[in-house]
Amino acid sequence: MADRHTGMVEKRGAGHWLTHAGLILGVLFIFFPIWLAFVASTITQPEIVHPPMPLLPGDQFLENYAKALVSGVNAPVARMLANSAVMAIGIALGKIVISILSAFAIVYFRFPGRKLFFWLIFVTLMLPVEVRIVPTYEVAARFDMLNSYQGLILPLIASATATFLFRQFFMTVPDELAEAARVDGAGPMRFFVDILLPMSRTNMAALFVILFIYGWNQYLWPLLITTDPEMNTIVMGIKQMFPSGDDIADWPVIMATSILAMIPPVIVVISMQKLFIRGLVDSEK
Amino acid sequence: MATLTLEHVKKSFGETKVIHGVDIDVAEGEFIVIVGPSGCGKSTLLRMVAGLEGVSEGEIRIGGDRVNEKEPMARDIAMVFQNYALYPHMSVAENMGYGLKIAKTPKPEIATRVQEAAKLLQLEPYLKRRPRELSGGQRQRVAMGRAIVRRPAVFLFDEPLSNLDAKLRVQMRLEIKQLQRKLGVTALYVTHDQVEAMTLADRMIVMNAGVADQIGAPLDVYADPETAFVAGFIGSPPTNFLPASRFGGTEGEQLGIRPEHLSLVAPGEGRIAGRVISVEPLGAETLVHLRLEDGTDVTVRQEGGAEAPGEGMEAGLSWESAAEMRFDAEGRRMRGT
Ligand SMILES: Nc1ncnc2c1ncn2[C@@H]1O[C@H](COP(=O)(O)OP(=O)(O)OP(=O)(O)O)[C@@H](O)[C@H]1O
Ligand SMILES: [Mg+2]
Repeated sequence: MADRHTGMVEKRGAGHWLTHAGLILGVLFIFFPIWLAFVASTITQPEIVHPPMPLLPGDQFLENYAKALVSGVNAPVARMLANSAVMAIGIALGKIVISILSAFAIVYFRFPGRKLFFWLIFVTLMLPVEVRIVPTYEVAARFDMLNSYQGLILPLIASATATFLFRQFFMTVPDELAEAARVDGAGPMRFFVDILLPMSRTNMAALFVILFIYGWNQYLWPLLITTDPEMNTIVMGIKQMFPSGDDIADWPVIMATSILAMIPPVIVVISMQKLFIRGLVDSEK
Repeated sequence: MATLTLEHVKKSFGETKVIHGVDIDVAEGEFIVIVGPSGCGKSTLLRMVAGLEGVSEGEIRIGGDRVNEKEPMARDIAMVFQNYALYPHMSVAENMGYGLKIAKTPKPEIATRVQEAAKLLQLEPYLKRRPRELSGGQRQRVAMGRAIVRRPAVFLFDEPLSNLDAKLRVQMRLEIKQLQRKLGVTALYVTHDQVEAMTLADRMIVMNAGVADQIGAPLDVYADPETAFVAGFIGSPPTNFLPASRFGGTEGEQLGIRPEHLSLVAPGEGRIAGRVISVEPLGAETLVHLRLEDGTDVTVRQEGGAEAPGEGMEAGLSWESAAEMRFDAEGRRMRGT
């Protein structure tokens, strides 16, 4: 792309370099705290608490990360990572499955109350988790879902946003495609599986990335629903590592945990980048 | 291969009546073209035959069996859509074989049938491509291929050529005709293009606002239109209409004369006079547009070599009485008078 001489890339000279300098500065600015966290995760506790803090990594990398992964502070970080992964993947996949099916129903079937249901779903967009958290907790508790994966996933699994996005996408699919499938002898579910699903592939990938990060970053809900450290997710787990009272915080381990917590979302974004961007830009029609 | 019969077929969308009762008997292997202006109900009629639209009244029979209540698939038809409606994520081969796959046809057989169709349509080099990697004409062929591999009793086409450029349209028109002849499949073809209708049809149905005004062989329809609408719609430039009251008819009646049946004579001679408003020399023929004293415009078609009067000149018009077509006030043809 870089050497393609289109009108917009043509700009050379001072302006060009200034733009780049600006961007590089921005990246450094954003990256600096992360770098500090990484440095802090490779040195010893005394080195952190005595200023000035070093700006280059130390030699404690293996020790700190091993300690975090295997024992952590309350629960091993490996365990928390696994919990987070189950929760994030569960939420992302669940949301996609449920929302694509409801969008399919809303767009392709005429049933009584179709409009009403659509608007009901749409209205829930205005009710984030925080607003309905008390009744949701009550329900989860009665269903005996405290400290369980179901408890972490199910209350967050419906998604009005995703339903809405899929609905919009399905409405751009030409009617004639559905008719052609009908003439070819495909029933509604066959049409859904053979035609709509593959056509939604890039949309699903884009949504998966967004929803995975949404699930991974959940803080308030896991904090309420899990009391057993074995069920902690990593994002809330980091907060739990902060000492209460006079204990001394084990900063190198906390920083190592933070770095570890960042890796899975980054991997997901990078590995699905191609599909993700295609999903945002075009719809392959 | 099968016959197709429509009996008093009507369609209404809620209160709006769209098709007012159409009867057709299509023989085995016949190519029938439904032609008419936009909004007259051509697509609706075709979609009823396909089973994509319910039939409000009347009966549709394919091969003698009533199909009103049958799903499209069970009707043994194949349809080619205006915008092709190819599955964008499937290869050309998968697109063509999809119907067979659903019908649980064994894989090797699907492969051979797709191969045959591809050969027939010169699509062999493209079997692995996606629809978006094909040109408009190639997509059109894939849509045809998808219809062919099913070996249906009836082909249905809804303006399949209207998205192609003029040259390709002429070429595909020929190909469709040859293909239909070769396969001998009954075909129902919708278009608003009268040239397509004239060239493709064994018989054509001229639709006007939900009614089949006339059904017949193209040349018969051209030579002997049943209604003023048909006379005006089929033929280009269209038939000239003159108020019949000036030639011994009653008020409201019309006289239709085709442009090629009019000839220009010296001013003061002929049956009626007019002033030339424009002349279009097209090479093989020349179209002369005149305005009569009462304000009616008429067109005269002359041989390319014939001398044409200049613009603004006065001229007389004459015609053989045998070429006159009389229509009553409702637009129906009056014969034998
Ligand atoms: N689903 C529908 N609901 C209500 N009216 C409809 C519906 N479908 C078609 N119509 C009406 O029926 C009439 C015939 O439509 P149709 O699509 O058959 O026209 P057409 O002859 O195919 O026109 P064109 O050449 O523009 O495709 C039109 O007046 C249209 O508005
Ligand atoms: Mg139409």
